[in-house]
Amino acid sequence: MMQATQLTRRFGGLAAVNAVSLELQLGEVHAVIGTNGAGKSTLINLLSGELPLSSGQVRLDGEDITGWSQPRRARAGVGRSYQRTTIFDSFSVRENCRLSAQAALQQPWHLWQSAQRCTRSLAVADEALHAAGLADDAQRIAGTLSHGQKRQLEIAMCLATRPRVLLLDEPLAGMGAEETGRMLALLQSLKAGHAILLVEHDMDAVFRVADRITVMVNGEVIASDVPQRIREHPEVIVAYLGEAHA
Amino acid sequence: MLAPLSRALPLLVLLALAALPAMLSPYLMDLTVKILVSAIFALSLQLLVGTTGLVSLGHAAFLGIGAYVTVLGSPQGEGASLWWLLPAAVAGAAAYALFVGALSLRTRGVYFIMVTLAFAQMAYFVFHDTKLGGGSDGIYLYVRPTLALGGVQLLDLENKRHVYALVLASLAFTWGLLALLLRSRFGHALQGIRVNEARMRAVGFRTYGYKLAAFVIAGALAGLAGCLLAIQDGVVNPELLSWHESGAVLLMIILGGLGPLRGAVVGALAFTLLKELFASEGLVGPLAAHWQMTLGFTIIAFVALLPRGLVGIRWRKAATP
Repeated sequence: MMQATQLTRRFGGLAAVNAVSLELQLGEVHAVIGTNGAGKSTLINLLSGELPLSSGQVRLDGEDITGWSQPRRARAGVGRSYQRTTIFDSFSVRENCRLSAQAALQQPWHLWQSAQRCTRSLAVADEALHAAGLADDAQRIAGTLSHGQKRQLEIAMCLATRPRVLLLDEPLAGMGAEETGRMLALLQSLKAGHAILLVEHDMDAVFRVADRITVMVNGEVIASDVPQRIREHPEVIVAYLGEAHA
Repeated sequence: MLAPLSRALPLLVLLALAALPAMLSPYLMDLTVKILVSAIFALSLQLLVGTTGLVSLGHAAFLGIGAYVTVLGSPQGEGASLWWLLPAAVAGAAAYALFVGALSLRTRGVYFIMVTLAFAQMAYFVFHDTKLGGGSDGIYLYVRPTLALGGVQLLDLENKRHVYALVLASLAFTWGLLALLLRSRFGHALQGIRVNEARMRAVGFRTYGYKLAAFVIAGALAGLAGCLLAIQDGVVNPELLSWHESGAVLLMIILGGLGPLRGAVVGALAFTLLKELFASEGLVGPLAAHWQMTLGFTIIAFVALLPRGLVGIRWRKAATP
């Protein structure tokens, strides 16, 4: 569904992402793992359009979207979540999702209609909250949620944009075992209708849900394969997985 | 019980204000009109600062342009028709806001503050240093405009009560428009931009367009305030566009409370009254000559003690159970 070809992003002399190619397919969780500073978050920023490419090409359903802005890509179905939670703290949980859903039907000139009565965006928002397990907390102020719930809201806001491609930046960061289990179940259920890119540090989780794993070191891909072969890949073991996983 | 009351409050205030001229002395009448015009000006900036999170230090430029268009568009011998003069003043301010906004909104934070200030200073010096608007002395509005419909004169703005009615109607219009806007999807998007613009872009909002629309609407409403100010004062000078004015209106909304519409109105009221108080020799004696100092200290004290402004006082009590 989404193809990235030879993506490169330089910051000054440093190539944070260097000639990375990967493909995201419907029904697949494609995990990207690597040490801190390997360029995983930068890769998400390049795919979502938050950062411009130095060189390379991004395609969505075969169409070249390299020159598209981030908002345009988002409206075309590229959703992302953030590693550091970036929700609207002062709004209610439901409004966080409603506003995200509104992006698909903006019509800002409809001044006489109250946003709180925008049934279309509310329906999408409630659906996303339900999927992310936050339906009971819809009326709370987002800033008062627990850390795990904020991570769930982060995903719910992403879902509320009705994306086809999900770019998830460490959705499990700082989550307890139970919350992790719930999130992984959610990812499994989302797989059917989405192409998912998962950047994650939790190796157990990655090997549980990923259909394909790409390993990055210093901005470059050193291996990309199914989980079983990644586990046995000599370079990956040396560079990243270490003795424990070998 | 409380909710319907607070919803009806603006309407009650409007009714009270409509009844006011009958019992006011000419001095108090002038002061009230001044406060109402300031309230329109402050409301226009509230949309930018309190709603969208764009701190502009050049908002007086739009006030001044609205005022200058009003005076320059009035023929010397007879009163111009308000039907086209007022829209012209609003359109003039909006056009400059479109130009300034299109360029300045490419910057952020402190750079945005500096760029808006620079564009306002540019407009200030155009009026200050050229013959266009009478130079540094400004120009007089010899005959105030009139409003007629089908041969019947509705408003003669040489009459103070008619000016009052026009200003009050304009304030009601401004409040109504902004209230409608804030509850709409457009308004919610603006608030989202204030809280987290990066996220707004990530979910698919082209935030630049939204910010530019807010900037132009704010500029247009400031132009409306400028037009009314020119009609009230009968004179305009470049000081209307100066950064002092831009700073004063910013202080009004900070004093009243950033965000809610009533914060702008309460702030305009408090600021104008405090200024009047500290500049009055009868009340503060020789200190009146140093009103900027006393006003400044008072505002510092208010801001330090009331971080949410004057309208935040009740909220804080309500928030603690």
